[in-house]
Amino acid sequence: MSNFNNLLFGVYPYITIFICIVGCWIRFDREPYTWKADSSQMLNGKGFRIASNLFHVGVIFILLGHFVGLLTPVSIYHHFISTADKQMLAMVSGGFFGVLCLIGLLMLIKRRLTDPRVRASSKTSDILILIMLLVQLVLGLMTIFVSMDHLDGSVMVLLGEWAQSIVTFQGMQAAAAIESVHIIYKLHILVGLTMILMFPFTRLVHVISVPIWYLGRRYQVVRQR
Amino acid sequence: MKIRSQIGMVLNLDKCIGCHTCSITCKNVWTSREGMEYAWFNNVETKPGIGYPKEWENQDKWNGGWVRKSNGDIQPKIGGKFRVLANIFANPDLPEIDDYYEPFDYDYQHLHTAPEVKHQPTARPRSVISGKRMQKIEWGPNWEEILGTEFAKRSKDKNFDNMQKEIYGEYENTFMMYLPRLCEHCLNPTCAASCPSGAIYKREEDGIVLIDQEKCRGWRMCVSGCPYKKIYYNWKSGKSEKCIFCYPRIEAGMPTICSETCVGRIRYLGVLLYDADKIKEVASTASETDLYEKQLEVFLDPNDPEVIAQARKDGITDSVIEAAQKSPVYKMAVDWKLALPLHPEYRTLPMVWYVPSLSPIQNAVEAGTLGMAGVIPDIRSLRIPLKYLANLLTAGDEEPIVRALERLLAMRAYKRAEHVEGIEDLEVLRQVGLSKKQAEEMYRYLAIANYEDRYVIPTGHREMNVPEAYGEKSGCGFTFGNGCGTGKSDVNMFGAKKVSRRDVIKTVNVGE
Repeated sequence: MSNFNNLLFGVYPYITIFICIVGCWIRFDREPYTWKADSSQMLNGKGFRIASNLFHVGVIFILLGHFVGLLTPVSIYHHFISTADKQMLAMVSGGFFGVLCLIGLLMLIKRRLTDPRVRASSKTSDILILIMLLVQLVLGLMTIFVSMDHLDGSVMVLLGEWAQSIVTFQGMQAAAAIESVHIIYKLHILVGLTMILMFPFTRLVHVISVPIWYLGRRYQVVRQR
Repeated sequence: MKIRSQIGMVLNLDKCIGCHTCSITCKNVWTSREGMEYAWFNNVETKPGIGYPKEWENQDKWNGGWVRKSNGDIQPKIGGKFRVLANIFANPDLPEIDDYYEPFDYDYQHLHTAPEVKHQPTARPRSVISGKRMQKIEWGPNWEEILGTEFAKRSKDKNFDNMQKEIYGEYENTFMMYLPRLCEHCLNPTCAASCPSGAIYKREEDGIVLIDQEKCRGWRMCVSGCPYKKIYYNWKSGKSEKCIFCYPRIEAGMPTICSETCVGRIRYLGVLLYDADKIKEVASTASETDLYEKQLEVFLDPNDPEVIAQARKDGITDSVIEAAQKSPVYKMAVDWKLALPLHPEYRTLPMVWYVPSLSPIQNAVEAGTLGMAGVIPDIRSLRIPLKYLANLLTAGDEEPIVRALERLLAMRAYKRAEHVEGIEDLEVLRQVGLSKKQAEEMYRYLAIANYEDRYVIPTGHREMNVPEAYGEKSGCGFTFGNGCGTGKSDVNMFGAKKVSRRDVIKTVNVGE
């Protein structure tokens, strides 16, 4: 079992991250015409504003929360917050934005599957990615209930250790760190990794293109020949 | 002063017969693909009407164009940069497909394959977006053709603002005109300003505004930013597309396809030299009614030696300067002041200009006499209300409309006197401030409209882009961004739908 554990949580992450980076690079370089947000708002905008905003606000907060929460070393955040309090903060804020995201996501899934125009113009990957997001989000929300059994933050520390070991290229150490955690966490990680794997092949790539440069540029663009 | 050149267009509405040849040739060449069926880079609207997409001129509804803030600065009406980004998940100002129309095709093949039945088989409509049967077609690209639909609906036309519009619903007082529309290739385009990716740009050498299809990420803010609603979101490719002013033809010195095929010879293409440093100042002019006159100040006299010297310094080739001197657009818009910009109040400084249309004399028979000002009939008795034309072309200021219409009439009166009565009526020209030479030229450009007078287009000198021609040998032509790939392969790792294939409804080959 331990070898299997090592494969899934010590090796698989590197496979997914490698494919994600190289895949994005190839797609951006070779097929920039396919790089887009792929909005279907103009085909049916009914209820779209609420659904899309709920989903995006929720998912952006959750993603940032994961980055900060998992990658900040214990020694640093201890200056501001105790482990137990941090877990509580993560559960409450993550739960709140998770529910916002879930409502938006369900509305978007309903729209994509039932609106004839949106359905007909959907690619398989558009539907697949929504289902994956739903599974991942539900798993993530389920971890809140599992976490209630250990409010001291001990599991959270293990998960943080896994993430920090992964980004510091200590795969086996990472796998060992979370060998003992509840299956829900493990599934959540696996689905998350799989989504990283799928990233370059779906519309998710628009995440990389967040147009923050817009804030700094001049209004008019003139190209010389 | 920083001089740039632009190919501008003038449309002589007085001669437009509303045949839609421009729209059809444009569609056949540029937008006959899946995802763009609903999009018409060029369309012809019957005015008054709400147009395509519905009520495009109503910026209270769509928030297109620019607004001048209290501090004198301008920003897109959809909002400043932060607001544009905040709306990126769901754009509140985005027209939906039904605001244009749901594109459709007919089941023509059923006419071939129907079994023997009692009644003649029919070809029923089918949506080319969902592929589903459409029971009833409720709107189309030109639903208001020649005053179609009831006046109550058409009269939502924004150009009726500040008018007592009810009387124009009466049969005796009704009026109409055609308005062919395309991208204005503005000097101060809001689409470019509202593009979060910075994918929309203006070409320095000819002013054509283009969307870089490889940089566009489909944030769809440009669709809202453009007050003319001339940017279309391709729902299949997920990118926005717009009129490209047929730049491959322009570069070769040929007119755009809409101009080339215009049977009424109403379109003119020519170079204008303008001062790029003045754009922001002019677009920020305080009063909306001053915007037209201020825009004229941006254009430079191509015969002025100082301008020529500066233009050369700014890298404008002699062939472009020469074309600017012979430009029909400069003559009509700046010299004779016949052509006027479409909705200058949007502050985009549009570069497709319109000669307002003359119209029959209202109630002339009823009144028994014509209102006359000398030999020229009183402009105010024309059937199309001046106020309507002014709302369309000069932000509501009637003076430039009066001047343009009177000059058109004066030129006709002068030529009639010459040909019919054999006298030279210089008095009528003096009344409207035209010289004899100007009137003769106006006659040549407006009435005769020779091909070489209408289109004065310098070649783009694209060869200058390739300093080393040898390296370009065996290079690829146009592709959809995949090296030299033909785009024929059915496998795409990145899941893009093929542009060259129809997915929604099956295409049947003849004889199949």
